[in-house]
Amino acid sequence: MSVQADAPVARARARPLRRLEPAALAGVMSRDVVIFGRYWKATTFSSIVQPTIYLLAFGLGFGTLVSHIGHLKYVEYVATGVVATAVLFSSAFPGMFNTFVRWQFQRTYDAMLAAPVDVEELITAEILWISLRAGVYGLAPLLVGIAFGLDPDPGMLLVAFIGFLTGFGFASFGVLIAAVAKTIDNFNYVTSAVLTPLFLVAGTFFPVSALPAGVRTVAQFNPLYHCVQLVRDASLGSLQLSDLGHAAVLLAFAVLMWRLAIWQLSKRLID
Amino acid sequence: MAQQLDPGTHERAQPPAISLRNVVKRFGSIVAVDGLNLAVPAGVCFGLLGPNGAGKSTTMRMLTAQALADSGEIEVLGYELPRESKRARMEMGVVPQLDNLDVELTCRQILTVFARLYRVPGGERADAVRRALELANLGPRADTIVRELSGGMRRRLLVARGLIHRPRLVLLDEPTVGLDPQVRQELWTLIDGLRSEGVTVLMSTHYIEEAERLADVVAVMSQGKIVAEGAPAELVRAYAGEQVLEIYGPPEQLAAASDTAARHGWQSRRSGPALAIMRAETLDGDAPEGVRRPANLEDAFVALTGEEIE
Ligand SMILES: Nc1ncnc2c1ncn2[C@@H]1O[C@H](COP(=O)(O)OP(=O)(O)O)[C@@H](O)[C@H]1O
Ligand SMILES: [Mg+2]
Repeated sequence: MSVQADAPVARARARPLRRLEPAALAGVMSRDVVIFGRYWKATTFSSIVQPTIYLLAFGLGFGTLVSHIGHLKYVEYVATGVVATAVLFSSAFPGMFNTFVRWQFQRTYDAMLAAPVDVEELITAEILWISLRAGVYGLAPLLVGIAFGLDPDPGMLLVAFIGFLTGFGFASFGVLIAAVAKTIDNFNYVTSAVLTPLFLVAGTFFPVSALPAGVRTVAQFNPLYHCVQLVRDASLGSLQLSDLGHAAVLLAFAVLMWRLAIWQLSKRLID
Repeated sequence: MAQQLDPGTHERAQPPAISLRNVVKRFGSIVAVDGLNLAVPAGVCFGLLGPNGAGKSTTMRMLTAQALADSGEIEVLGYELPRESKRARMEMGVVPQLDNLDVELTCRQILTVFARLYRVPGGERADAVRRALELANLGPRADTIVRELSGGMRRRLLVARGLIHRPRLVLLDEPTVGLDPQVRQELWTLIDGLRSEGVTVLMSTHYIEEAERLADVVAVMSQGKIVAEGAPAELVRAYAGEQVLEIYGPPEQLAAASDTAARHGWQSRRSGPALAIMRAETLDGDAPEGVRRPANLEDAFVALTGEEIE
């Protein structure tokens, strides 16, 4: 080993640093990729099996009672609805658990923050990775749905982006919860009191219009409801102007949660 | 009050690698760092010696902006903290006190991730990883998962991780705490090697022997402040004199000797089974019976901090 030459230092000094350095984001995400390389089989297996079970259970169960919801075949309705469920589960849960474990138990974040990575870069990279994954896994229910008789549509490719955007919001939400949780057991409250109602009152398995007026209004504030609407319109070839509104809600939710997550976790990562 | 002894033969022309001025850090009502003033010259191995709770780790964390000072000024490698801390972190390596290795990853994977984080260019990354593995003597374990490594191997990997980008400044927080003597010896050789290459090393420790063996300059830290600073030999001379008189005997005899020392105004302390009287060379004929030995850094440390250590 020899002493470092001055050249790289001089070069680094010359270039102004950005707030979100692509190299820092890539560095943090490279770790996620390595970990994913170890677990992708299990993750992929569950992302396929879960929608299959939903489709079988609801399709074979309700499907015999309900052939259509509105003008949609029930398989069309459920397969598109389950995309939102898949995105929610593959973003909010890693957001909560990965963050808490890496921060509190493994102290990985402490190690990375001693390197030239700022909290904002660290958290953004983690959220980006989760939402990229969520976008891809959000397509799984559609593939399963196609096997069950859903018609393929080029608009389905848009679903990856919708999943990414929704996943960004919910991954950030998960990080925010991890930042404020006292113990990992506290996540149970969030799962049962927040996430479960969110995914039920989103028009996933039954239309929101079947609910009482009060709950219907509440659903308007549920990002997952907007995700479901958008996914349905995109994959069934019925995109319309009102979908811009749904996209705007998802974008606002993502940005809000992202900033809140960074704010809360910064307070705790930096003494 | 910090007393500045002659820092010795080190060049003073260069600006210090690290400088802290009147730095204060509180945690609620605890003042972890209490008006700290410290200048680490470039190219030396600087030992921050202090008992547990003195504020060493907090000081280290402020140098990477993982803790923010409540007041005072900090500069690292010419960069002002916390504003330019990312720049400073690019050029320094950090070995934390607590093992924070990724247990799910292999040695090679960890080093590769950190090579990226430290912006080692793509074409040089594989070489940097190979070199770090060699440095840590982990070549044959390159593809072993961290969970399966021994404590000593993990510590060496932790050090290698902080050196992956050939930093010109290295922070080592209690680098050998909890290690067996053989592993400690290996790490000492490694740290010695860094210094001989001109890398500036700031090392915190509560092991006297470690500071004595490795550090060119030692700053003794107690309750968030530097209480003395200088080359180890100078600190010993200034705070413990040349010789120490050790008196052995039953407890009553030691108690009596302790009273005698107090009456004469001699500085003394219990040291294991003996009573040790500092500056024995000044005692002349009225000294009690005992064994004289050269004063060491431990004597100076106890005189300065009032704390016994193992
Ligand atoms: N994150 C923290 N929150 C509260 N107190 C802390 C924190 N970190 C350190 N301290 C306190 O600050 C003091 C100095 O701690 P530390 O810097 O770890 O000392 P050392 O490394 O010298 O053993 C101790 O009293 C410790 O309990
Ligand atoms: Mg410490």
